[in-house]
Amino acid sequence: MSKTSRTSITMPATAKKDSIIEIRAIAQHDMESGFRYTEDGKRIPRDIIRTFTCTYNNVEVFKADFYPGIGANPLIIFTTIAVESGSLEFKWAGDGGYEAVNQARITVS
Amino acid sequence: MKNMSIRTLRRDWFKQARNLGLLALGICFNPISAFAKKEDALAAIQKISGGAPIRTGKVTLTIPPLVENGNLVVLKVSVDSPMTANNYVKAIHVIAEANPLPNIFTVYLTPRSGKALVTTRVRLADSQIVWAIAQMNDGSFWQGSAETLVTLSACTEMI
Repeated sequence: MSKTSRTSITMPATAKKDSIIEIRAIAQHDMESGFRYTEDGKRIPRDIIRTFTCTYNNVEVFKADFYPGIGANPLIIFTTIAVESGSLEFKWAGDGGYEAVNQARITVS
Repeated sequence: MKNMSIRTLRRDWFKQARNLGLLALGICFNPISAFAKKEDALAAIQKISGGAPIRTGKVTLTIPPLVENGNLVVLKVSVDSPMTANNYVKAIHVIAEANPLPNIFTVYLTPRSGKALVTTRVRLADSQIVWAIAQMNDGSFWQGSAETLVTLSACTEMI
């Protein structure tokens, strides 16, 4: 079973060469921790996003491992150097075959 | 007049009863056993460093000193590093000593990150000290911490 959800990327569309750009990546996800119980005492199984990766023209520039300690709808803000024009690909993967992909283009001058 | 005083008395009594009730509720719903002890956090740190010494400094962890709701806490971690090809931060690990699972997240950086600066939103189960451990490319470890007070804890509520 494959699941996916809405994701959003905020980053500049243009940048000066070798400048540092800030990227904000958010995915819609409950991040069910696996530590919560229903009223009748049953444990709610863990269902979280496990990894997030960012590739810049097919080169990996950032990776994160998430644990249940990350809040719902995980937001991660990080930086990278604008080296060349091209596309950035963002990928989230998690429990139950969860997978989400987003892309953004950047023009470097 | 007499009627009034009885009413006030009754109101006071209700207030007291309510406070007592809240206290009792707090005791019932506080699953102490669900919280990891500090040893678990130490074990997690030990696993990250592999026994290598961890020096204090370079790492700055920013969280609000007083948190109303532990479910969504903005956490910012930065490491003092030039981020050049031969001197950069390889990974940053964040550990919360009172969470049921002390590991919160790990990020892997490269010289292409430009800055060692990451912001995210985390869950905190209790008032505690949160640690950030940075692994440098030369194999050294540096740590920083921040203390916070959590009023409403995450992880333990029932639905």
